[in-house]
Amino acid sequence: MRITVNVNGDDHTREVEPRHLLVRFLRDDLELTGTHWGCDTSNCGTCVVLMDGDPVKSCTVLAVMAAGHEIRTVEDLADGDQLDPVQQGFIEQHGLQCGFCTPGMMLTGRALLDRNPDPSEQEIREAISGQLCRCTGYLNIVKSIQWAARNRAEADGVTETAGSQS
Amino acid sequence: MQVPASFDYQRAESVDEALELLRRYGEEARVVAGGHSLLPMMKLRLAAPEVLVDINDLHELDHIALVGDELRVGALTRHRTLLESELVGRYFPIVHDAEKVIADPPVRNRGTIGGSLCQADPSEDLSAVCGALHACAVIRGAGDERIVSMADFHQGPYETAVGVGEMLTEVRLPVLPGAGSAYEKVERKAGDWAVAAAGVALTLREGRISDAGVGLAAVGAGALNLHAVQTLLNGSEPSEALYEEAGRVASDSCSPVTDGRGSAEYKQHLAGELTRRALRRAVARAGRPIGSTAREA
Repeated sequence: MRITVNVNGDDHTREVEPRHLLVRFLRDDLELTGTHWGCDTSNCGTCVVLMDGDPVKSCTVLAVMAAGHEIRTVEDLADGDQLDPVQQGFIEQHGLQCGFCTPGMMLTGRALLDRNPDPSEQEIREAISGQLCRCTGYLNIVKSIQWAARNRAEADGVTETAGSQS
Repeated sequence: MQVPASFDYQRAESVDEALELLRRYGEEARVVAGGHSLLPMMKLRLAAPEVLVDINDLHELDHIALVGDELRVGALTRHRTLLESELVGRYFPIVHDAEKVIADPPVRNRGTIGGSLCQADPSEDLSAVCGALHACAVIRGAGDERIVSMADFHQGPYETAVGVGEMLTEVRLPVLPGAGSAYEKVERKAGDWAVAAAGVALTLREGRISDAGVGLAAVGAGALNLHAVQTLLNGSEPSEALYEEAGRVASDSCSPVTDGRGSAEYKQHLAGELTRRALRRAVARAGRPIGSTAREA
């Protein structure tokens, strides 16, 4: 089937089999390997991307089902050299350890803050409850999203890329 | 990497077109909405439909509306929409109780009430909830529509009253004055299937229970409508002794199996205890002014 999916603001047209999964479409066809592929069973959530703004597990969405929808991956979080506050938060608060769950966690954080700019710790924990961190670093992931909430893009808290680890 | 076997894919643009496709392909076709039950089964080759009919564009099936004395919920309504619906929480706190513990947020963004009910997994939460609420299912086929009770809708594990060339279009929940309801679930970790779960709905009339409904999940097939418990509850005055007896009857009415989530004995114990807890909360919520339960944690 010939499908067109809008990924990170650009339309991408490809010929795919109906059984092709969105995670493979992103990784193999578009070479957007920031979306990780983990358990393959809708369990670990490392393949989370945003579909029309909402987190979904891309190992359980067919690429053909994404046709006509807007997909956002971790590659789209930064604006040029300017990191998204959530990305900066992961640097400031050491929110990533091995990094495997990080793209999905950051996207979930972004989607949460877009809907709720001032979430409670409990709301953050609920938002990421479908995603496993195998380093068990949830505390710092929560702190990273809290950091981003305190340092929104419109505030003066957003810093330049890299080099600002404290 | 797991991928489903090959299949043809059709995206329906109307209910009539979906029904036409389902008729044309017959037994080989399956409806896909959220796909969070079906696609994992297809990856594992537990299901291998030759055609998938995608109904995600049928926005007419994505609605929640109060019509007369029932709440009508379209089959394509997502779990997240149900959880965020103030109307649902006001009249049916049991649905909000359950939605908070169904899978996890990304899954709830995709999964639908129709998909959950049609999957008819004995561990599925909304089936127990709809059983307790004495909900009805609207099934559409070629040119006609029929309404079946949840008791008739579920015909066994993974089997429903939806026939070839038909689809579930709506779920109807009766709104009763003075009603209270609650859902209690024990799971091993966030987002997991239940070890056991219990839902209770009832109304209070002059201090006595009526319209009682009880549904259990994950404790064997046929636990959606527990007639023995309902008969015990109807006409009785709420009391701890009654809750105790109801839990005992519920526990005796189910037939769980031992698996990785726990022993049959433990699940049977849970079925009783969770029925008692849900009953206690449903009674506490019953008879309150509409809306007060929505603020309850």
